[in-house]
Amino acid sequence: MKLKHAFWATTALGLLSGAAFAETITIATVNNGDMIRMQGLTDAFEASHPGIEVEWVTLEENVLRQNVTTDIATGGGQYDVVTIGQYEAPIWAAQNWLLSLDDLGADYDIGDLLPAMRAGLSHEGTLYASPFYGESSMVMYRTDLMAAAGLEMPAAPTWTFIREAAAAMTNREQEIYGVCLRGKAGWGENMAFLTAMSNSFGARWFDADWRPQFDSEAWANTLNFYLDLMNSYGPPGAANNGFNENLALFQTGHCGMWIDATVAASFVTNPTDSQVAANVGFALAPDNGLGRRGNWLWAWALAVPASSDAPDAARQFIAWATSSAYTALVAEREGWANVPPGTRASLYANPEYLAAAPFAQMTLDSILSADPTNPTVDPVPYTGVQFVAIPEFAGIATQVGQIFSAALAGQVSATDALAQAQALATEEMEAAGY
Amino acid sequence: MATHHSRIAARAMMAPAVFLLLVWMLVPLILTLYFSTMDYRPLRGIYECCQGFDNYVRFVTSSSFLESILTTLRLVGGVLLITVLGGVLLALLLDQPIWGQGVVRILVIAPFFVMPTVSALVWKNMFMNPVNGLFAHLATALGLQPIDWLAEAPMLSIILIVSWQWLPFATLILLTAVQSLDSEQLEAAEMDGAGALSRFGHIILPHLARAITVVILIQTIFLLSIFAEIFVTTGGAFGTRTLTYLVYQRIIESQNIGLGSAGGIIAVILANIIAIGLMRVVGKNLDA
Amino acid sequence: MARSVTTRRKTITTALAWAIGLMIFFPILWTVLTSFKTEAQAISDPPVFLNFDWTLENYAVVQERSNYLRYLWNSVALAVGSTLLGIVIAVPAAWSMAFVPSRRTKDILMWMLSTKMLPAVGVLYPIRLVLIHFGLLDTKLAMIAILTMINLPIIIWMLYTYFREIPGEILEAARMDGAGLRAEILYVLTPMAIPGIASTILLNIILAWNEAFWTLTLTTTSAAPLTAFIASYSSPEGLFYAKLSAASTMAIAPILIMGWFSQKQLVRGLTFGAVK
Repeated sequence: MKLKHAFWATTALGLLSGAAFAETITIATVNNGDMIRMQGLTDAFEASHPGIEVEWVTLEENVLRQNVTTDIATGGGQYDVVTIGQYEAPIWAAQNWLLSLDDLGADYDIGDLLPAMRAGLSHEGTLYASPFYGESSMVMYRTDLMAAAGLEMPAAPTWTFIREAAAAMTNREQEIYGVCLRGKAGWGENMAFLTAMSNSFGARWFDADWRPQFDSEAWANTLNFYLDLMNSYGPPGAANNGFNENLALFQTGHCGMWIDATVAASFVTNPTDSQVAANVGFALAPDNGLGRRGNWLWAWALAVPASSDAPDAARQFIAWATSSAYTALVAEREGWANVPPGTRASLYANPEYLAAAPFAQMTLDSILSADPTNPTVDPVPYTGVQFVAIPEFAGIATQVGQIFSAALAGQVSATDALAQAQALATEEMEAAGY
Repeated sequence: MATHHSRIAARAMMAPAVFLLLVWMLVPLILTLYFSTMDYRPLRGIYECCQGFDNYVRFVTSSSFLESILTTLRLVGGVLLITVLGGVLLALLLDQPIWGQGVVRILVIAPFFVMPTVSALVWKNMFMNPVNGLFAHLATALGLQPIDWLAEAPMLSIILIVSWQWLPFATLILLTAVQSLDSEQLEAAEMDGAGALSRFGHIILPHLARAITVVILIQTIFLLSIFAEIFVTTGGAFGTRTLTYLVYQRIIESQNIGLGSAGGIIAVILANIIAIGLMRVVGKNLDA
Repeated sequence: MARSVTTRRKTITTALAWAIGLMIFFPILWTVLTSFKTEAQAISDPPVFLNFDWTLENYAVVQERSNYLRYLWNSVALAVGSTLLGIVIAVPAAWSMAFVPSRRTKDILMWMLSTKMLPAVGVLYPIRLVLIHFGLLDTKLAMIAILTMINLPIIIWMLYTYFREIPGEILEAARMDGAGLRAEILYVLTPMAIPGIASTILLNIILAWNEAFWTLTLTTTSAAPLTAFIASYSSPEGLFYAKLSAASTMAIAPILIMGWFSQKQLVRGLTFGAVK
């Protein structure tokens, strides 16, 4: 009897002390493949960090953005680690909403981060978000269809070649469309693509005095080329296609070419998900000979909100999840082709990775060829390749994206769409005090 | 009739509900009113009070405002039309003697239990998707060009999705009303040689008037705040931006809380105008 | 029912009713079927209806990624909690409005309904700030309170219209017998009101279960219901129809089953005064 009492007493004590020391961190993340893999490796983190428990909030990108932004703007403190991008990091850091990540420990090796990634996630020289995976954009194409069309993809194609190849590959009877591009409205969807594309056409969002430039000839060229390309050789319903929809189309063999995020390379070459895995080639994003390519630069990164009540545990998690050791862990469990790419120089010096990932070199070249501090042909007062790093951009670009999406759906003409975009952007920028 | 005593008791019984609803209404309303006069943009670190009616003027004069009101009316009107018409026909059908009536009724009311997010996701992806959706498969099987529902007929698509969810509700209320119809009266009319149409117009429809007003009133309240269906399907693109969605864009996407709050207040005022108008019409029907 | 019906006519109406019923139900059926397919079969053209290799793989994947039971429990707690709280507040209010009406009763009722008119997103910041101030963000308590307030006007109205149909003479008779207020409510009204209350409870559970704005914006983990669960399966990378279907089935199955079993009760009281 006594023994039993003693047993219960110690158990209770053990539970109490366990509860006292275990710290729970809540992590908000996107439901992208690499993040879901990270979630699957929670056990490994908890094993190596006793005393920290992890709660996941995995949401679709739009819902995540809405919830995280609202929480952080109101100081809700619901999350200890949030997944954000290069657009948010410097803006939020400027509001003192994020904690500095300059000191993530010796193992973290901050110097190994690709400079473009580190710069885009820093504010005044301090790192505020640690890159989890980085991407640029590039051309992914079907080598079999390209060969059947009697064409050869150059390593650095022009837009003219893309149109020519799209025409040759399109076969509507067999539901094969020459080119799949983003059309779904959103600053991170069609506007990411179109803004990056417009850079290669010599267009820009704003001139040096922050005047919107949608009335410029360069933007007209961009939009007309895009609309013509998609209407002639794109899939039906392109105006609702974002990254995920196009990925599904490409994996099921409906696209000849797809210009999108470099991270897609590991999905389209993965034979378990992709029906065309054996026939995928890669090339740099197209240009028009003006000195800029139509590729962007983006990183999904992990950050600690200033309102977190477990900042140390949160930092430990970030140091773990964005380290080279994490990469090695994923490689061991899931193979080198599935590690999160695009953040560290050391990964691209790793022969095992280069052997397992045929897209590695093209990814690195794409990332290195994007210049967020000098993104356009003509000078601009902003940074960011496929976005403009000001708080108003997301709101404006989503509305402009809706106008351009409607143009793709044939509901407004290109001329009207540009005029509407110009009026809207001018109105919003004036209201914002520019 | 009621005694003084029971009057006091009645007030006491109403008090909690009235008090709680008053708090629930006033606290957010006052804060929203306050925000609506502020230049409140957290992403810029701007929290400046007392800008007067600047936000209201901006919200009302923006080119998207009028369009969003028309869109709202189109959406609400479209759904009401489909659910009331469909509901009446379905109620009359289900009132007929049929084999397996219980099962059919279960099938018909099932959509009412599906959460809006799920139904929007299912319709968008598995039915309306122009490449992999079932409608597209059907169209190609018939040798037709698949329709890109959400881009080519965005408003119709959303109206269909929402109607699918609300048709059961309308049907149920109308069915109860149909069942309460005096069948002897109908028979008498039939004996007098009144045709089906005239029976419907002279006996059934007047009898259903009350139920129809109830359906319109309740659905309008819910339909004015439709959000998930638009968020999931078009995100407000292709002319599907309702007033509620416009407020969402201002507050969440642009993070302009002042402007969005002004929009919210305008939305309440407009909704109440509609409601009062509706009450005037409906009120008579409900009194009796 | 004295109307005589020919078998022919019954056959036609039966066929028509079944056809329409199946058409309305089809999206749900299709979702459930798709949840048992592989991702490739889920989008195959021509579509497969029943002749595929049934698999539980999607459910396994969803269960592995999300703690379904916790979301389910939160949904149940929020729906039932807010319904019970709402009923406790609404029944006395609706009773007094129905049986001791004053000149202002109708105005009060309309005012109550008008509180539902404020677009939720418009008051998101105020509500959040208040919850943060009291440390109630992501708590079941706060969510139950909010869901109660959202649905209170509707359930008061529904009960009010139901109570009004209870004939006043019965009350008069009870009063003649010298029954006190309490006895009047307890022994006379309650038994008559039960079907209406049951129906109101069911409707409120459905509304609370399916509420998808507040439950998504004010919760993270400890109060997050199935609406948040589903948000992690909408449009992920790659093919997702089968997994989305599995998650959707898991999210709607409990309420659908409850609804089916209780549809008689639901229908009986769901009149909103539509029948006079």
